[in-house]
Amino acid sequence: MTAAGAATAVSSHGRRAPRLLVTLAGLVALGAILPVAYLALRALSADAAARALAPASTTVELALDTAVLAFGVVVATLVVGVPLAWLVVRTDLPGRRLWGIAASLPLVIPSFVAALALLGAFAPRGLVQEALEPLGVERLPEVTGYWGALVALTLSTYPYVYLLAAAGLRSADASAEEAARSLGAGRFRVLTRVTLPAIRPSLAAASLLVALYVLSDFGVVSLMGYSTLTTGIYVRYESLLALESAALLALALLALALAIVLVASRFRLRGPVYRSTPGAGRAGKVTNLGWWRWPALVFCATLIGLFLVLPVGVLAWWSFSADPITGRAGVDWSAAVGSASMATATALVAAIVVLPAAVLAWRYPSALSRWLERLTLLPSALPGIAVALALVFVGARIGAPVYQSLGLLLVAYVIRFMPYGLASTRASLDAVSPRLEEAARSLGRRPVGAMTAVVLPLARSGVLAGAALVFLSTIKELPATLLLKPIGFETLATEIWKGTSIGAYSEVAPSALLLIVIAAPLVYLLSWRNAWELGATE
Amino acid sequence: MKKVSVVVLAAVVAALSLATGAATAPSQSTSLTIYSGREERLVKPIMDRFTRDTGIELKVRYASSTTLATALVEEGRNSPADIYWSQEPGTLGLVGARGLLARLSQATIGKVPARFSTRSRRWVGTSGRSRVLVYNTNELQQGELPASVWGLTSPRWKGKIGIAPTNASFQAFLGATIHLYGEARVRAWLRGLEENDVRLYPNNTTVVQAVGRGDVEVGLVNHYYLYNLLAETPDLPVRNHWFRDGDPGNLVLAAGVGIVSSTQKATAAQRFVDFLLSKWAQRFIARGPGAAEYPLIDGVPRRPGLRPLSTIKGPKYILGRLSADLTPAVRMLLEEGYLK
Repeated sequence: MTAAGAATAVSSHGRRAPRLLVTLAGLVALGAILPVAYLALRALSADAAARALAPASTTVELALDTAVLAFGVVVATLVVGVPLAWLVVRTDLPGRRLWGIAASLPLVIPSFVAALALLGAFAPRGLVQEALEPLGVERLPEVTGYWGALVALTLSTYPYVYLLAAAGLRSADASAEEAARSLGAGRFRVLTRVTLPAIRPSLAAASLLVALYVLSDFGVVSLMGYSTLTTGIYVRYESLLALESAALLALALLALALAIVLVASRFRLRGPVYRSTPGAGRAGKVTNLGWWRWPALVFCATLIGLFLVLPVGVLAWWSFSADPITGRAGVDWSAAVGSASMATATALVAAIVVLPAAVLAWRYPSALSRWLERLTLLPSALPGIAVALALVFVGARIGAPVYQSLGLLLVAYVIRFMPYGLASTRASLDAVSPRLEEAARSLGRRPVGAMTAVVLPLARSGVLAGAALVFLSTIKELPATLLLKPIGFETLATEIWKGTSIGAYSEVAPSALLLIVIAAPLVYLLSWRNAWELGATE
Repeated sequence: MKKVSVVVLAAVVAALSLATGAATAPSQSTSLTIYSGREERLVKPIMDRFTRDTGIELKVRYASSTTLATALVEEGRNSPADIYWSQEPGTLGLVGARGLLARLSQATIGKVPARFSTRSRRWVGTSGRSRVLVYNTNELQQGELPASVWGLTSPRWKGKIGIAPTNASFQAFLGATIHLYGEARVRAWLRGLEENDVRLYPNNTTVVQAVGRGDVEVGLVNHYYLYNLLAETPDLPVRNHWFRDGDPGNLVLAAGVGIVSSTQKATAAQRFVDFLLSKWAQRFIARGPGAAEYPLIDGVPRRPGLRPLSTIKGPKYILGRLSADLTPAVRMLLEEGYLK
């Protein structure tokens, strides 16, 4: 079916999808397909020698190892993120607003920095062992391989689950819970049968993001010595400039990503989960934890200790010493400005460009709208270097002034990270009944007016969470930045890279700490504003 | 919603002006674009000095040597780069073999010993580095160390060796050794290491750190990583060990530079290459802050405390062969499970 043909297709709600919406969503998906098309082109030109470097047996083995890691990290992030979100949003946990901010912050720690910090802390004779030495601990077991990668990736990605679950819990309908309680259901039953199913779209979206992130990650798995399709892709690029062999593995990675996207959409599509009440909804009932607050506090403290205090502590420890080579300590402020401005621009552009695909998939579900959405999600599974090379390939052919300009870098960022905006926006739209839009239309609102006046305000928490996720991901992006930035433009991530590439961790630490400082107000604003608007504060 | 649209509008305008601002930056009449796999912290003073001496502006893109090489391949004839300065002779060879590097003049090539350039004149070495065995000085005495890299398969070293199979210099060592001794012998050696429970690390720095912590006792790396780490941790109990003369484990490699063949600025590019081989630049490469590599032209002293390059007897091997010899090495590492 062509795009034009699909535009006249009749949706399940009996209304035609506006041609403009389909065209816009199609254009955005086209951008997302660019890296896929580039990789397909490279894979097609693979000769026997290139195929010999990516044999089927290795590909399958790497795909399995990748899938096992992605599954493990998804489970771990759910186990960590959902209880944390529930405690922060729905209970009287002491200091919950602070816990909420602390829970989101690990998102800005670049995952390879997290891995370095964990390795530094938990190496057999690392910082933790040193601290425990007086207690007679002479050696710690090593945290590398599968479990090392699992912990470091959980650290970097559980905030996706936490943020989306918290957004879901805030906008979830309180009346369904109240109805369940009034019908005699116990607290636990309400939680498992009403509350959690209501945020299922959020959880499916977050798990999808986590899985795609694991697929794309190189920093953690390479440092932890665990092989995935992405490390395989890097080996082929870096050892032999074997672009075609790398592309073959990248296509396998995309196939795996597509399988994960399909599984996630099955989870999401199991029945509607609309709020029954229109308007801004009331916040769910705050659970009085009572005696349980103590174990809850221990749970939060353990997580925040391991995932935030420990890496930040290691960074602070490293930053005590001045750089022995340049003799300077401190940060490059222009890099901080560069990071913050590009991340802001990317977050805004991404939040806007994903709207057509999100609205299309929500309001006019059809095979076409579903596939447009899926295609837009795929590039986030690719390692950054593959996306970067796709834009190098296209950009160099366009040449100046496009190639290696901030504009092209912005395009690369949006392609890499718009899935975070899309998944989050979609998840919150799923909770809005299309009947509300129909009502607005029947009362005389034009389509765009109905969306902006009625629907988007209701999906606000998801749109904002999505923009924040894009911001926090962009601010630490490295491979595309190195190849596509204008010369002389620096970001904190490139500053961090300069230090780690020669093992000068004392130079890494100030920039990494500054990343966290920049992100903190945004994370605060996000959690605070949402809470305030939905009346979920004290 | 008005407020939101204003914010959005402002952001779009800001983004566009950022983009166009970069695009309309005044272009220099004489400027060179350098793709540098050498770290900014180590080479920026060289770049600045070149501009001061010649008036030629330099626009330098810093990234890893291999990342830049993949970009050069994808850019092809449209590359904005004039110069490719790389850490790795193998990567230089692969880029050169694809016709992406121009021939250098005989005069330029002649400034360094023949073993630090190629006969095709696609690149020339800018500094020398040697493969070594690092060892933990708390665990081992000099006299206990193996005389040859082949000796690492002895049960004496079981569980005590660290290597970095993804590292380009390790792969270059393996490729050269396969060329000199044949596939069978090198494969047997790799299997012997595996039986010895060799530990795999992501890069050379982590190998030296592991030796320093005592996780392993010895590691195969390049000679200068030790000095980078000693600058940060002066009491690191690690030293370099060279095998007996002629041993493949002593292979001497080079960082090098080439002129990108699509350049429109061949004369200025040639000046830059010659500048890197000038006394001042060579001295900085050899003795600047954090540096511990070997200068390649006569009359420039090496870093104090470093063993003289002339006394390091590696295997007889022509670095220009690496573009051909890397493939069998990487394939063997894949087949033997060292890489996936």
